Parts: sequence; structure tokens; C-alpha cells
Amino acid sequence: MFGTEAIDLARIQFAFTISFHIIFPAITIGLASYLAVLEGMWLKTDTQVYRNLYHFWSKIFAVNFAMGVVSGLVMAYQFGTHWSGFSAFAGSVTGPLLTYEVLTAFFLEAGFLGVMLFGWNRVGRGLHFFSTCMVALGTLVSMFWILSSNSWMQTPQGHEVIDGTVVPVDWFAIVFNPSFPYRLAHMALAAFLSTSLFVAASAAWLLLKKRDTPEVRKMLVMAVLMLMVTAPLQAFVGDMHGLNTLKHQPAKIAAIEGHWDNSHGEPTPLILFGVPDMQREETRFALEIPALGSLLLMHDIDKQVPALKDFPAADRPNSAVVFWSFRLMVGLGLAMILLGLSGVYLARKGRLFTSQRWLRLAVAMGPAGLIAILAGWFTTEVGRQPWVIYGLMRTEDAVSAHSTAHLSISLTAFVTVYFIVFGTGINYLFKLIRKGPAGDDSHAPSGGPGKPRTPSRPLSAIEESLDGQTH
Amino acid sequence: MGIDLSVIWAGIILFGLMMYVIMDGFDLGIGILFPWVEDKVDRDVMMNTVAPVWDGNETWLVLGGAGLFAAFPLAYAVLLEALSIPLVAMLIGLIFRGVAFEFRFKASDASRHWWDKAFVGGSVLATFSQGVALGGYIQGIAFDGGHFSGGSLDWLSPFPLFCGVALLFTYALLGSTWLIMKTEGILQARMFSLTRPLTLWVLIMIAAVSLWTPLAHPAIAERWFTLPQLFWFLPVPVLVVLAGYALIRAVAFEYHAQPFLLVLVLIFLGYSGFGISMWPDIIPGHVTIWEAASPPQSQGFALVGTLFILPIILVYTAWSYFVFKGKVRHTDGYH
Ligand code: HDD
Ligand code: HEM
Ligand code: HEM
Repeated sequence: MFGTEAIDLARIQFAFTISFHIIFPAITIGLASYLAVLEGMWLKTDTQVYRNLYHFWSKIFAVNFAMGVVSGLVMAYQFGTHWSGFSAFAGSVTGPLLTYEVLTAFFLEAGFLGVMLFGWNRVGRGLHFFSTCMVALGTLVSMFWILSSNSWMQTPQGHEVIDGTVVPVDWFAIVFNPSFPYRLAHMALAAFLSTSLFVAASAAWLLLKKRDTPEVRKMLVMAVLMLMVTAPLQAFVGDMHGLNTLKHQPAKIAAIEGHWDNSHGEPTPLILFGVPDMQREETRFALEIPALGSLLLMHDIDKQVPALKDFPAADRPNSAVVFWSFRLMVGLGLAMILLGLSGVYLARKGRLFTSQRWLRLAVAMGPAGLIAILAGWFTTEVGRQPWVIYGLMRTEDAVSAHSTAHLSISLTAFVTVYFIVFGTGINYLFKLIRKGPAGDDSHAPSGGPGKPRTPSRPLSAIEESLDGQTH
Repeated sequence: MGIDLSVIWAGIILFGLMMYVIMDGFDLGIGILFPWVEDKVDRDVMMNTVAPVWDGNETWLVLGGAGLFAAFPLAYAVLLEALSIPLVAMLIGLIFRGVAFEFRFKASDASRHWWDKAFVGGSVLATFSQGVALGGYIQGIAFDGGHFSGGSLDWLSPFPLFCGVALLFTYALLGSTWLIMKTEGILQARMFSLTRPLTLWVLIMIAAVSLWTPLAHPAIAERWFTLPQLFWFLPVPVLVVLAGYALIRAVAFEYHAQPFLLVLVLIFLGYSGFGISMWPDIIPGHVTIWEAASPPQSQGFALVGTLFILPIILVYTAWSYFVFKGKVRHTDGYH
């Protein structure tokens, strides 16, 4: 019905805007919990280092939060402007879930964010700590709702289709759909991992620049410990997530594995590298380990992993994309495990703060968490194709009937604006990090409702100028 | 008769949008007025009069969008698709405006003018596109029983474009009267001199839109001039005339707070006139709120959270404005 081009452009625009969005919430979620830990440690030990770190990271948190809010505004409207078929069909389920996400965010802003960012000198320690914890909890609740919505699109249940639209029957079943617990755990860990890599890279960079302070050391140690715990845990959860997907979306797994044919009856190999070719229905130049696929996924050497040829050609996700995006994510995940272990090893040898090679590696791995998150989402979303709601609605029926010209212009506008706006924002973030944590925090910002600095303007919490000197 | 969830939701969304128009209107207006004030210190004061409140205002826009999605998915799908271009333009304008607002304070003297331009451009773009979207909505949305059946440029016609211009004037008036209330001295005098012509222009535009709407849209004319709607509707133009007269007087006597409050009254009246003209349609002429409603399970589920959060947001907003009352001066901290 629509030219393939229009739908491709709409997809690219959605992928572009949400990819930008997810970067900020991931760091928001991680930093909020990190700040709660820092403040808790400060209250418990009364060590100044924790307090200084708290003030340093809360500024970065504020900028990042502001970017997340701005990029989220676009998301809330894009379902209607670009995916009207989807909205009319499934809005009765995804709409309320999205409403809950937005409400959670507002609840946070109106309530606890203000105390957290501006209340340091105005409320007691206990109340301030409580607010920080509530902000951390709030970001996790926000993630809960939006992931529930997305997971329902992957593994829908709890609804009926009446007169061509979805009618929710059992909200509990909808919210806690089969893939949701795995996705939630995986994404929460992903946010924590990305943040610890980000913190570790900042600390490592400062150390490489000879800015060796107790604060910098402390944050490096905390980040490395976090990495050591969460990175292996993530691999474990990811494995369970994969098994869950095998059960509910076998075509996605077949595409991830680049596995085409089960007719000869032998156990499925694990293809390490290869080039899946959708036209020729094979994975070319494959480098494979016999039977390992069966062992990993079926936990049984004799069972076969589903193969792409078991599905009609029209129902196959694009293996060339997910094969690689998945390997990128897992590869980075393994690299994170190694980084964490080697960091702990060096720390025990007392060389963590001086090993130039490791510090440089940590800087290089700074963005790895965010890249893995994007790769993971591309795997999930592209692997769901050709469905937008798995088994219920095809993507081609979800898209609005806009012309190619219209979509090209709006995509160009978004790309331009995002690069200018978020480019400036990200630059500003780096500027703050380059300054490093201060030795004392006599300048904790004050403000609140009605004051010029307010929680609905998180950016106002920071004094550093954008391009000139601090004023 | 049980509880009519669709009516409650329509009320919440209408209320949310009105809050948005009233509250974001004056700070967009300040952006529109920026080119008429050259002095950096004056510009700082202008921004400081809204700094503590402006950002929370967009809350209502997001809530309106999400609420529409949850409660009236069909209307969300059809309207947003039909008005996609002006709405995307509005979002882009709002992003620029919002970020420029913050970065302007943090920019060096050399680069500040860029952020000033982004602030003005964003405000104008967002306002104009809102007006166009509103006009496009009033003008009518092509609908074939299940989908939007028009083209993406349907809004590109004289009436919506005129509404875009009219909204620019209206928000500018909101902004100038707000500044009259919140500032003093030379800046305030400047605002008085801008407000006088603006008032006349806005009144002329209200009259024009009120005549144009029924002339060009027979369906709305029919609605206006049949009983019992007529009784509902009749007070609106009468009150508009009274408020308009009071506004001209208040500006002539150089009252400080009255002009702003009267502009709010005018906007409220215009908005209720609009609501009465449309009710109970949500896609004008095609679909009523009940026909576009999501199932009661969905409306009910989303309502629980909304009713819990909405009062908190309202109290918090009221508190913010209360703490912030009074004049803003040059010496006040600027962020
Ligand atoms: C820091 C980020 C990160 C890291 C290190 C990993 N992942 Fe991941 N992965 C994600 C971030 C992520 C993600 C962004 O969070 C995704 C996308 C959607 C989701 O729920 O999680 C995802 C999706 C995702 C999926 C697709 C689920 C589906 O079909 O819906 C699988 C099978 C895995 N992951 C498995 C793994 C394994 C085995 C890893 C081992 C190292 C791993 N992930 C590391
Ligand atoms: C299509 C999907 C999404 C939509 C429509 C969406 C919508 C939004 C909106 C409107 C905001 C701004 C709220 C405000 O004004 O404060 C926001 C912020 C946020 N979003 Fe998203 N979002 C989406 C995806 C995600 C995902 C995948 C996550 C995380 C897993 C996420 C987590 C957050 C967080 C943490 C914030 C910051 C504010 C808060 O803490 O609640 N969002 N999002
Ligand atoms: C945050 C990271 C995410 C990324 C990077 C991402 C990426 C993508 C990509 C690449 C596509 C296009 C798929 C294709 O055409 O093959 C897509 C489509 C889509 N995704 Fe996501 N996605 C993310 C999260 C979400 C979330 C949280 C939701 C819903 C709440 C969502 C809902 C959709 C919808 C509605 C489409 C359009 C239909 C489709 O093509 O499937 N996505 N996304």
C-alpha cells in the first residue's frame, strides 16, 4: 500500500529519535542510584570524599536529566504523527502504560528532584537522602512502565482483538507479559553497567591527566567494583533473556544465529562470524563451531535451534542486521567482564591508579555500555520484524500514510536539531567532567519552587558556563 | 447513569490543554517580544520573570498528548497524523526554545546572541505551528470512517495560517501584559507602548476568527445558531466584548495586574467558545468522544494514576507561582 521508502524513513526517524533518547535515561537511571549510594555512604561514614563526589555527579545528573526530558517530549508525540495505524490499533494498551511513565516523571519533578538538586542547605540530612532515594526509585519505575509497554509489543498477552482494535482484558497479564521480567532486569543492568563504565572512564581520564585526588580514586574503585559484579550478571541475565526469546520468538533467534536449515538433522553449530544473505538464504563465509549452538541455546546436544527456512520468507527478520548487532553487544559484554576482572586484579596488586595501559583502556571503554544498549535494542526491534506487535500487527500496517518528501524533510529537521541541541548538551557534560570533582562543596546550589533555580529546570543547578570561564 | 469515563477524560485533556495555553503562552510571548527589546539587562529581566515557572508548563502538553493516546487512541492517531507537520514543527520549536533558555545564561558574551536567536526563533515557530494546528483542527480533518484520508498539507490553507498569525499576536499580548505585571520602570513603559496596538490587533483577530469560522464551516455555523447550543454559546461573544472593553480601559489607565488577568479571561472565553463549538466531537464532524474512546478498562486504568498525580502537580504549580509573586528587578539573581 505504501512505498517501501516511506516506511523505511519512518522507521529510521523512530530509531534515530529513540536511540538518542535512550542514551540519556540509561545514564539517568544509573547515576540516580549511584548518587543514592554516595549519599548513603556519606551519611554512614561521614567521609567528605563521598559528599564531594555527590555534588560532582549530581551536576552531571542534572544536565543529563534535562536532555532526557527534552528528547522524551518528542517520543510522546511520535506514535501519533508517524505510527497512526499502531496508535489506533493498540493505543488502549500502550497509551495507559505510556501515561504512567509520564506521570511517574512528573511526580518526580514536582516532588523529590527539587529537594535533591537544591535542598542541600534547606532540609535535614535524612529528608535529603530520602529524596535522592525516591529519585532513584522513580527513574526505575519510569523504566518499568515503558519497558512493560515495549515487552507487550514483543510478547503480547492479556488482551482481545475486538472490531479491529486491541481491548485490554487483564492488566496484570499485560504488564507482566512473558518477556517483561527478563527485559526489565537486562535493561536495568545495562543502565548500571553503562553508568559504571562512564564513571570509570571519567576517573581514568582524570588520572591520566595527573589529577590524582582521593575523590577520583574513590570513584574509580567504586566503578570497578560495580563493573565486576554487574558485567557477569548481565551475561547471565542475557542468556536467560535469550532462552525466553527462543520460546516466544523463535524466528528472532534463528536470525540472530544466522541459522537457515534444519533439514539435515544435525545439531546446530554456533556461527562466530559470517555474512547472512537474505536473498540466497544462507550465511556466507561462516566460521562455525559444531554443535555449540544447540548446547548453548537448547542446553542439549541433540536438539536443533529453529532455522530461518522454517518460517515463510515474509515472516523472517533481517538476519544480516541482528546477527551483527547481537555479536557487537555480546562482544562488548565480554570485554566489560574482562575490564572489571582486570581492574580488580590491578587494584589488589595496588597498580590500578598507575597502570597507564589499563586507564587508557578504561577511557576507551567509556561509551561501550551505551553502544551495547543501542546494539541490543536494534537486535530486539529489528528481530521482531515484520511485526510491530508480535503476531498481531505488521509494521507496514502501523505506519502513517505520509509521503516520502514529508518524511525526508522531517527526518532531516530532527537530525539537524538533535545534533545541534544534544551536541551542545553533551559537550557541556564533558566540560563538567573535565573539571573533575572539587575539593569542597561550599557552593551547593539552593533553589526550589518559585525560586529562579527550580527542579523543572534541572540545568539551572549548574553554574559552569557553556563556553567561557566559570562566572 | 454510571460514571462517564469519556467525559472525565475529555475534561482532563481540555483542562490540561487550557493550562498549557495559559501558562506556556506568556513565556512563548516573551520570546516573540524579544526582538523589540535590545538591551541585554532588560532581556535578562524578561527571562527572569519566567525562569522559575516556564519549564513546568510543558508538563501539561505532555500530559495532554499521553492522555489523548490512552483515552482516545483513535483521535490521537487521526489528529496527530493529519497535523503531523505543524506538530513536529512545534516540537522542534519547543526544543530550541527550552534549551536556548538555559544555555543563554551559561553562554559567553560572544556567543550569547546565537542562543537569543534560537530562543526567539523557537518561540515563534512553536507558537505559529500551534495556531496552525488549531486552525487545521477547526477547519476539519478528512476522515473515511477508519483513517485519516486527507493529505499531509491539508492544513496549508488560509484559515489555519491566519490562526497561526493570530496566535502569535495573542501570545505576544499575553507576554507583554505579563511583563507589565512583573516589571517596572523603562521596561514596563516599553511594554505598555507595545500593549496598546497589540490589544487592538488581538481584538480584531478574535472578531475575524469568529466571523470566518461560521462562514467557512457551515457545520459549525449550524451548531452555533441552533437551540439549545445557542444558549450555551450566546454569553461567550457578549463576555468577549465586555472583557475587550475592560482590557482597553485597563491599559489606558496603566493598571499593572489587570491587563494580564483580562487577557487570560479573553483566552479562556475563546477557548470555551471553541470547546462548545466542537462538543461532543473529537474529530470534528465525524467522531464523538464516545466513538473515539478506548475501552473502559483502559480509560479506568489510566485514570487511577492521573487522579493521584494531577492534584499533586496542581498544588505544586500553585505553590511555585505563589512563592514567586511580586516584581522582578535587575538586581535579582538571574538564574
Ligand atoms: C550494557 C548493555 C548490555 C550488555 C553488556 C548486554 N546487553 Fe543484551 N541487551 C541490552 C543491553 C546489553 C539491552 C539494551 O538492554 C537489550 C535490548 C532490549 C532489552 O531488553 O535489552 C538487550 C537485548 C538482548 C537480547 C535480545 C532479547 C530479545 O530478544 O528481546 C539478548 C538475547 C541479549 N540481550 C543477551 C545478552 C547476552 C548474552 C549478553 C552477554 C554478554 C548481553 N546481552 C550483554
Ligand atoms: C518510545 C518510548 C518512549 C517514550 C514515548 C518516552 C517518553 C518519555 C517522556 C515524554 C519523557 C519526559 C518526561 C518529562 O517531561 O519529565 C521521558 C523521560 C524519561 N524516559 Fe522515556 N520514553 C521512551 C522510552 C524510554 C525507555 C526505553 C526508557 C528506559 C528504559 C525511558 C526512561 C526514561 C527516563 C528515566 C526519563 C527521565 C525522566 C524520568 O526519570 O522519568 N524512556 N520519556
Ligand atoms: C531505546 C532503544 C530503542 C531502540 C534503539 C529502538 C530501535 C528501533 C529500531 C531500529 C526500529 C526499526 C526496526 C525495523 O524497522 O526493523 C524500531 C521500531 C519501533 N520500536 Fe523501537 N527501539 C527502542 C525502544 C523502543 C521502545 C521502548 C518502544 C516502545 C515503547 C519501541 C517501539 C517501537 C515501535 C512502535 C517501532 C516502530 C515499528 C517497528 O518498526 O517495529 N522501541 N525501534
